[in-house]
Amino acid sequence: MSAETVSVTGWGRTAPTTSVLIRPRTYEEAAAAVRGCGARGGIARGLGRAYGDAAQNAGGTVLDMTALDRVHAVDAAGGVVSCDAGVSLHRLMEVLLPLGWFVPVTPGTRYVTVGGAIGADIHGKNHHVSGSFSRHVLSLELLTADGEIHTVPRGTPLFDATTGGMGLTGVILTATLQLQPVQTSLMTVDTERARDLDDLMARMTATDDLYRYSVAWIDLLARGTATGRAVLTRGDHAPLEALPKGKRARRQPLAFRPARLPAVPAVLPEGLLSRRTVGWFNEFWYRRAPRARTGELQTLSAFFHPLDGVPHWNRIYGRGGFVQYQFTVGHGREDTLRTIVRRLSEHRCPSFLAVLKRFGDGDPGWLSFPQPGWTLALDIPASLPGLGALLDSLDEDVATAGGRVYLAKDSRLRPELLAAMYPRLDDFRALRARLDPRGLFVSDLARRLDL
Amino acid sequence: MKDAFGIPQSLLVLGGTSEIALATARRLITRRTRTVWLAGRPSPALDRSADELRALGADVRTVAFDALDPESHEPVLGKVFAEGDIDMVLLAFGILGDQARDEREPLNAVRVAQTNYTGAVSAALVSACALQSQGHGSLVVLSSVAGERARRANFIYGSSKAGLDAFTQGLGDALHGTGVHVMVVRPGFVRSRMTADREEAPFATTPEAVATAIEVGLRRRSETVWVPGALRVVMSALRHVPRAVFRRLPV
Repeated sequence: MSAETVSVTGWGRTAPTTSVLIRPRTYEEAAAAVRGCGARGGIARGLGRAYGDAAQNAGGTVLDMTALDRVHAVDAAGGVVSCDAGVSLHRLMEVLLPLGWFVPVTPGTRYVTVGGAIGADIHGKNHHVSGSFSRHVLSLELLTADGEIHTVPRGTPLFDATTGGMGLTGVILTATLQLQPVQTSLMTVDTERARDLDDLMARMTATDDLYRYSVAWIDLLARGTATGRAVLTRGDHAPLEALPKGKRARRQPLAFRPARLPAVPAVLPEGLLSRRTVGWFNEFWYRRAPRARTGELQTLSAFFHPLDGVPHWNRIYGRGGFVQYQFTVGHGREDTLRTIVRRLSEHRCPSFLAVLKRFGDGDPGWLSFPQPGWTLALDIPASLPGLGALLDSLDEDVATAGGRVYLAKDSRLRPELLAAMYPRLDDFRALRARLDPRGLFVSDLARRLDL
Repeated sequence: MKDAFGIPQSLLVLGGTSEIALATARRLITRRTRTVWLAGRPSPALDRSADELRALGADVRTVAFDALDPESHEPVLGKVFAEGDIDMVLLAFGILGDQARDEREPLNAVRVAQTNYTGAVSAALVSACALQSQGHGSLVVLSSVAGERARRANFIYGSSKAGLDAFTQGLGDALHGTGVHVMVVRPGFVRSRMTADREEAPFATTPEAVATAIEVGLRRRSETVWVPGALRVVMSALRHVPRAVFRRLPV
């Protein structure tokens, strides 16, 4: 078990802090590391894709869980896998796809661990159909502050505090997941353009139920009547008969070979993503999309994880890093969504990644993010002048509308708004106080928001 | 903790009645700062400063601190850090002195040096050590353009700031990679109480402008901040002017 002092940030590369990084290779080592945490406590970390400060712990310990990465057992008939929490979704796909199974929920990257997926209760483009990750977790094992390992069944308070609990109830060691059957590793995809936000929302409301996966890319730099113009992409796993006969795809329908481009260099000039360059990109991206195209075959990685093909893509934001802002507002609160999109586009936020989705029913996690309604996520360079004040005022709108921002992506929320956004926050705090009275599990996020 | 824009939630001001420090605190309180410690010699002015910041909604506490008593720095500041994390320490104390009198009365000159340099060395090191064990935090030190090149008109003050500036740069290098961010702020002539009876120099600025520059510096994690920014260019030119010429310049 190695230990070194390192500077740690989230994927957005803002607010670095220094911790002792420990990389346990066995459950015993993990338990020993937890028991050995000093006064400033510890937090588990996976592949570091949380955008903000959820997996860093200033002056304390960070447990890098990626060495605990064994897939224990796959029930190929029933579609159940049990594995260590440090296994990435990428690895699961490599193992499971040839057997005809897919992870039930995947976010925009495969490079998240199962433990992180549970801790943030992640969602994907299929939330309106499949809910969040925790819905597919049959059970998990949790290393708690007393250094003991507990099996946590579904339907218990500890399960609901842990799914979406940002690692603050303990270290997730293993999980058993129910999988999604697939016939092929390709997707059939329908693409259409929406000329403005209202057009987009009407299309999504009317027909999202027909698709397992649905997502819209919005051009936030478009103004006036084009405000909120978008490209809507929806699809499902391709059935075997959809594959062209005689081609390699048909002979190896479950092959998984994601492409990888060269990494983004470590040092780039500042301001690469200015309003002008992002404006050009957005114009190109919108024009390039077909007005309407159906049944296109795409690889899994192209459909779900286009950015995974570019290692270290977060570096394009330069030294200053970036923030991701993701919020949700309920059905019937479309006015808030419209107001926010208008204000973002008036502020000329150079965001080339702004994504709108519809959420279905929420899951019972106390700090779980999804709730029925709409969710918008966007990346913005942290150096954009006035950004902090703008997002603060959007937070107010979101909270007033009964919505919330996503803790796995947060790096700047005002702590005062948290209780309004997460009504079960007090239950969460009470459970933590009982389970971990010394506050052993702590992160910069927890300190900042007083979780 | 600091947020993604480097704005602290808790602030410790060393030199709690400094106008620049208070302007900075006011600005930060409108953003994220909720807890402010004002360290200074107990005085009605210190209490007034605390009340003013309280009125903005911050939780403000004062603590008795004397730059001229370095031996007290460790226990006094230790107590502050023991109460909770400090995300930013603003070292803002300093005195201008009276150049003409100080040249005649060396003990007064020594007092300027002890306050601005010796006291700051001790307070900065104590703070840096505490920030380092937290694994995060910013130490922001108010230096001055006067430290960049000694001038006939105020070389006693200038030399003390030169020492402080060099010390802070070295400290910043020592702390690089520890999670602690050290930032030197070099304002030009600031219109304030300290300079009320002095003739205004070119590129004069205000405490509010310095506060704005500090906020931007925090966001960028800058190591050096000039206020106004144009002074960076002006001073780098002035630095290289031969002394025989510099002596005659009306600066």
